[in-house]
Amino acid sequence: MNLRKYLKVYKKFLHTSLASELEYKTNILVDLITAILSLIGSIFLLSIFFQNNGYIGGWKFEQALIIQGIYTILNGITNTWFNPNLTEIVKHIREGTLDFVLLKPIDSQFFISLKKINPSGFLEIMLGFFLLSFCIRINQINLSLSFLTLSFITISCSICILYSLWFFISTTTIWFVKTWNAIEVLRSFLYIGRFPLNSFSFSLRVFFSIIIPIAFITTIPSEVFLGLSQLWKILLEVIVATVFLMTSRKFWLFALKSYSSASS
Amino acid sequence: MVQNIIEVKNLSKSFDISSKKPGLKGTIKHFFRRQTKSLKVIKDISFEIKEGEIVGFLGANGAGKTTILKMLCGLIYPSEGYILVSGYLPFRRKENFLKNITLIMGQKQQLIWDLPPIESFYLNASIYDLDKFEAKKRIKKLSEMLEIDEELFIPVRKLSLGQRMKSELLAALIHEPNILFLDEPTLGLDINAQRNLRKFLLKYNKETNATICLTSHYMKDITSLCKRVICVQEGAISYDGKLDLLLKKLSPVKEILIVCRSEEDAIKLENSGFTIKNKIKNEITIKIENNSITSSLKNILNNYDIEDLFINEPPIDEIIGKLLIKKDYDF
Repeated sequence: MNLRKYLKVYKKFLHTSLASELEYKTNILVDLITAILSLIGSIFLLSIFFQNNGYIGGWKFEQALIIQGIYTILNGITNTWFNPNLTEIVKHIREGTLDFVLLKPIDSQFFISLKKINPSGFLEIMLGFFLLSFCIRINQINLSLSFLTLSFITISCSICILYSLWFFISTTTIWFVKTWNAIEVLRSFLYIGRFPLNSFSFSLRVFFSIIIPIAFITTIPSEVFLGLSQLWKILLEVIVATVFLMTSRKFWLFALKSYSSASS
Repeated sequence: MVQNIIEVKNLSKSFDISSKKPGLKGTIKHFFRRQTKSLKVIKDISFEIKEGEIVGFLGANGAGKTTILKMLCGLIYPSEGYILVSGYLPFRRKENFLKNITLIMGQKQQLIWDLPPIESFYLNASIYDLDKFEAKKRIKKLSEMLEIDEELFIPVRKLSLGQRMKSELLAALIHEPNILFLDEPTLGLDINAQRNLRKFLLKYNKETNATICLTSHYMKDITSLCKRVICVQEGAISYDGKLDLLLKKLSPVKEILIVCRSEEDAIKLENSGFTIKNKIKNEITIKIENNSITSSLKNILNNYDIEDLFINEPPIDEIIGKLLIKKDYDF
């Protein structure tokens, strides 16, 4: 793979999608306001849960805010990259414009996963980091190199898991043509990631750890923040992320063999 | 000797197609127990195309023309058979193969809708690994050939269909491909835009010796661009050869309107053994076989007092239309 070429293409992707989005100023403004209101609403909801009981699943409100911060960052990444690109796969397949992607001398997964960005998602990412830095202060977390490294690893793994799950569902469009509902279900599960895993019953914990690994996405990075994480859990997250990423890649290549293109 | 750039042997393609009966009952049945059947849309076809050739694929809707093009450019896996395009197996979609080909579809677009076409051109240039200077040079050259200038800087959504199609062509040709697959490129364009597009394709073919495979329902596209046609009927090739030969075979007779100086001459001509279509006063329309047209006309001009004559070529759309309807044409 020619890295220089891919960086050059990605620069162009950034440029063209930013230029496209900036054509509609009001839409961007509405998106930005929605992101701020959504975060305020989420924190308000969380505070209601903690109003009568100081702890949920062994987590204090200040600690649970860390999960909210990580969720906000991941949701921002979802809105910046995954949503505009991966939902487009369905459109590409239904309308047959995937043909143009497949005939370009560039990796098709790279193209369809990164071609567009939604700049308003950046605000959510920034708000997430702002909330996390606030949590670091109120929870008196010591910012050591190992803490930063582990945080970076676990958050990166969370992004990989989330991307793989979404990409996997979108890929099934090649056979099923319409998969909007499955993506909506995934988004709903992601909302669950705003709460500590321990606050759910045992069967749900198993479900969200093994079947749909939402637990890995927010809880493990949050545990790293609070110094509660165990090494095996971090390793397990790295393994899960690698397996998911590789499987989604293989699945895409396999699915393309069944691609029949839309009729003209 | 000109080499084959496309080789197709015993190519077949089957699709699983589901069918649904009408009404609510049919819909419920279709939802729970979908009945699919395998449909062979391409049936054991073989052909070769030489470098620099322009070949038209003719056929009714659903005959399999687009499926053939999509297999040639590697979008669809063949069920059986062998395809070699520019020395590559297309469905492997190797980088060097993809740099050699392009697909243009009249009904689908790759340009970024909200931005001027120039942005899509530079994006494509980076995908094809062209530097900025080279991209600029190619855009200038192609835009001159396509006669577009200001349109390059207007958002795609505000361009007319003709301007958009020209921009689509430029985006698809920026990497200077050797093989062009064109699927109904003039669809929906007005007569002038169609003519300009054909003019450009001929010029591009002449200047670069690119091979062009074209499907179109506009006969003018075929007659202006293609010397050779491949007729596809229900997934099989019914004719592969020169277009003029096909037309002669399909329409062996020409109609000639003869205006005689007097009605007497017209009556004499009527009784001279020619096949008469109709006669109105001194004007008479006769049918003459293509292979005897010269001798027959010589005979008429020498023996009758003729004021004027017109040779009517039957409209090509009508001739090809006949071919598309009749399934058992024997060439």
